[in-house]
Amino acid sequence: MSNTQNEWPLWEVFVRPKAGLDHKHCGSLHAPDPKMALQMAREVYTRRLEGTSVWVVRSDQIVASDPADKDMLFDPAEDKVYRHPTFYELPEAVNHM
Amino acid sequence: MTPSIQIPADLRLRYLLRLADACLIHAQRQSEWCGHGPIIEEDMALTNMSLDLIGQARAVLTHVGQLSGKGYDEDQLAFLREERDYLNPTLVELPGRKAGRDFADAMLRNLMVATWLHLWWQRLQASGDAEVAAIAGKAVKEARYHREHASDWVIRLGDGSDESARRMRDALARLWPYGTELFAADEADAAAVASGLGPSRADLQPDWTAAMLAVLAEAKLAAPAPSKFVPTGSQGVHSEHLGYMLAEMQYLQRAYPGGKW
Repeated sequence: MSNTQNEWPLWEVFVRPKAGLDHKHCGSLHAPDPKMALQMAREVYTRRLEGTSVWVVRSDQIVASDPADKDMLFDPAEDKVYRHPTFYELPEAVNHM
Repeated sequence: MTPSIQIPADLRLRYLLRLADACLIHAQRQSEWCGHGPIIEEDMALTNMSLDLIGQARAVLTHVGQLSGKGYDEDQLAFLREERDYLNPTLVELPGRKAGRDFADAMLRNLMVATWLHLWWQRLQASGDAEVAAIAGKAVKEARYHREHASDWVIRLGDGSDESARRMRDALARLWPYGTELFAADEADAAAVASGLGPSRADLQPDWTAAMLAVLAEAKLAAPAPSKFVPTGSQGVHSEHLGYMLAEMQYLQRAYPGGKW
């Protein structure tokens, strides 16, 4: 068994591929503190020119939904197609919708 | 067996080979950590930095090859010179992971070398040789990162546990005396200043010393007394360690002439 007392905390890594786009979750790593987490994220996740900006967040700071609640939380949206704004006529001039 | 190449005696080539060989041999030593880093992220950091350094060495060696008038390419210059024709400072050829040396040595050496190269590249951005200035423009960013990375670790280890501080002090005692050579300028530096090629390495010393002392202070490490010992690697007179490195580095080019990736 590994000694969890001596283990560095886990961090989630988010990389923004280019200006204007969103940061995307790309993985996680262990690091002792924020500075080193950022540095290691750079080493591990941006070696092939993937990013222009990196975020790291302590994994234990993320509040996540319970996978067991998936049906309850997300299935009700399934039969409500009218929530997609696809019934509007868009003028020609409006792009990127 | 491929014969060795001869480098024309030229102060400009000498100056640039000192830069290229510092990058090349430092990269080779640092790459020995591949697969041996304390954690996988650090393992990758060390190899990433080695690849930066190899890129810098390649660029400068290619330029040296063109200036040499002999049509040498980067591979020939990197792998087919005799030991005495390598002009890296002795500091970068010292063993990295063996002979009682450890991660503290690796971080301290990288701090010493990256701080030095960063200052050198900064000034080379204003080189009268447009090719050198362009190489420096790219390299200066890489060197800045190497310097940050290394100073982070030196501070962490120096100001860390009793064990890490002891190892950092041991590394400092082993490596600090080799720093003197980084600034041992000669006629090649004087010629570089006169022609506008680049600064004299001696001129990098005040900034380097101030930067190193600042990091050591933050790491709660006492700076060793200045050393009178001046190693001679950048004159081509090396420690016993370089020969073994070159044997490993040169084997492929010697055994398979013109071998390419």
